[in-house]
Amino acid sequence: MSSRENILSKIKQNQPKLLPLPDLSVLGREKYDLVEKFTEILEGIGGKVLQVSDFEEIKKYIISNYPINARVISTLPEFSDNKDWQTADPHSLKDADFLIIKGQFAVAENGAIWLTESEIGQRVAPFITQYLAIVIEKSAILPTMHQAYEEIGSKDYGFGVFLAGPSKTADIEQSLVLGAHGARGLVVFLV
Amino acid sequence: MTKSNSLLLTHNSHLGTHSERAEIFNKDFDRTTWHDQTLYMVRQKRDKAAFQINDWELLRETASQIKNNVLSNMHDYLLQFEENASKNGIKIHWAADAKEHNEIVYGIISDYYRGEIPVDTFKGMVKSKSMLTEECHMNEFLAEKGIEVIDTDLGERIVQLAEEPPSHIVMPCIHWKKEEIGELFHKHLGTEKGNKDPQYLTEAARQHLRDKFLTRPIALTGVNFAVAETGEFVVCTNEGNADMGAHLADIHIASMGFEKIIPQKKHLGVFLRLLARSATGQPITTYSSHFKKPRDGQQMHIVIVDNGRSTQLGREDFRNSLKCIRCAACFNTCPVYRRSGGHSYHSAVAGPIGSILAPNLDMRANADLPFASTLCGSCSNVCPVKIDIHQQLYKWRQVLVQEGYSPTSKTLAMKGMSVVLSNPGIFKFSGKVGRMLMDKLPFLVNNRMNPWYKQREMPEPPEESFRDWYKKNRK
Repeated sequence: MSSRENILSKIKQNQPKLLPLPDLSVLGREKYDLVEKFTEILEGIGGKVLQVSDFEEIKKYIISNYPINARVISTLPEFSDNKDWQTADPHSLKDADFLIIKGQFAVAENGAIWLTESEIGQRVAPFITQYLAIVIEKSAILPTMHQAYEEIGSKDYGFGVFLAGPSKTADIEQSLVLGAHGARGLVVFLV
Repeated sequence: MTKSNSLLLTHNSHLGTHSERAEIFNKDFDRTTWHDQTLYMVRQKRDKAAFQINDWELLRETASQIKNNVLSNMHDYLLQFEENASKNGIKIHWAADAKEHNEIVYGIISDYYRGEIPVDTFKGMVKSKSMLTEECHMNEFLAEKGIEVIDTDLGERIVQLAEEPPSHIVMPCIHWKKEEIGELFHKHLGTEKGNKDPQYLTEAARQHLRDKFLTRPIALTGVNFAVAETGEFVVCTNEGNADMGAHLADIHIASMGFEKIIPQKKHLGVFLRLLARSATGQPITTYSSHFKKPRDGQQMHIVIVDNGRSTQLGREDFRNSLKCIRCAACFNTCPVYRRSGGHSYHSAVAGPIGSILAPNLDMRANADLPFASTLCGSCSNVCPVKIDIHQQLYKWRQVLVQEGYSPTSKTLAMKGMSVVLSNPGIFKFSGKVGRMLMDKLPFLVNNRMNPWYKQREMPEPPEESFRDWYKKNRK
């Protein structure tokens, strides 16, 4: 017998008798002011949240806050027509300074934003870039993770990520440092 | 623990019981106190995060029930996961034990190089946190085959450079001070001598490891949750190291104990709400990455490992330990862990949960671990999946004594105690002798041979026994 058959037969023999799954519909009853809660939580974990009225305002912010010679990549036509980077060798993104994308939706209770390949262009992009900006529609903020997985439903993707704030570590004496391996900073534009 | 004490422990991983190793750790009193307080601070962060969720207890109960269902339907869920992951283009491997796991990983690397692994430093692997590969001693196995494994979690990289195992499953170098990390980085990464600033040291590690991510063709990650319904798996990190490795590598290998399976995607909502809040008090980890299909041109493998888990599944009293989601809340709250340090447990997973997992793997080598507890029950109270940890510790003690694995000194003491307590005459006599000795010859008990005297003063002996007092005062 192969290991597979061995393991499976031992599990079948040793597992206890079937127990039912619990009801999840009673969870996620929290009532939040969604924009306020999302902002409070995300800023608490090192992100920056800005309410803006349109893309022009976002452009102005980026120009005045990031160096002019930075390598900016985006999946949004408002910011860049260049799509070559999306199909290039992922290693070629090593000098990306700034990625701007749009998130599918966000979660108020933990500041997480759901992204899949269609939003990020390349899987490695939101991690390898030095700084990250994500546009979120205010109407796309959900209260808890339970509504989040309802929203995802059976939609297909190859890779998806809940991203909450900039990369961080507290491995050195519990001192919080932003910018461990992923993006050093995250700014979210609420439109 | 001073560094020399730490090295003494880690380089003699099979030497000494938990209490002997804890004694070495406790030699540095201030450091032990610092370790204790640092971990308790993390426990308090957990409390703060948990109390912000009104339904916290309902969440724990729900998670516990989902895991009970998983244990009871493990066989079918694993088959379902295998079928769906295979459809998604992921290759599934099964490993009965640590050796087979390591051989499978080596086989994947060897196949990638068509059997001729080149002799250069760029052939190796970047690895994000995987306690399973620690359990399997995979790094050592691959090193012997000439394949270098770079641990990429900052804490894990620190202990790897110091040639130590992690001392905590979530915070691997919680026992290290920043001055020592500064010294270590000066030696290995060329940072300024004497610079101990966490920001500066983290930046140095970022640059050092970015180079590894960009040059290594193989990435290995652990698995936090594997979804039977969809065949995808979820990996949680704060640093982004799992993603930097996996999305740049030609091959992504994910190693998982089979108990990581959950039934449906919607159940992730429950576990992701609990995991980071229980672990560090964060609302969620920075990245909760859902790997479903390999990217174009990439190979994705999952190694499903048994290594004793199917045996544990059959032990009715101990199977609940397989519900663990590795948050380490039980470590941070445990008064024994906090004051004895992770290396005292001589096991890849330390702390209370490790002490109920380890005897299943090797009863003789780990017979001391279920005794490394006060049975205060704090571990069970914070466990997000409601494992009855302290009860299992107590039950393991009974099993170990029955199987003849209890420490000799403890067996003798228990036998002596049993004679005294079951014989009123001897009990009365020994009480009298004890009081007399503590009064007239205190050095007989107030000495280093008596473990109760360590860091304590012995109490004043009472003038008479309760029995004598009762006789006199009975009206």
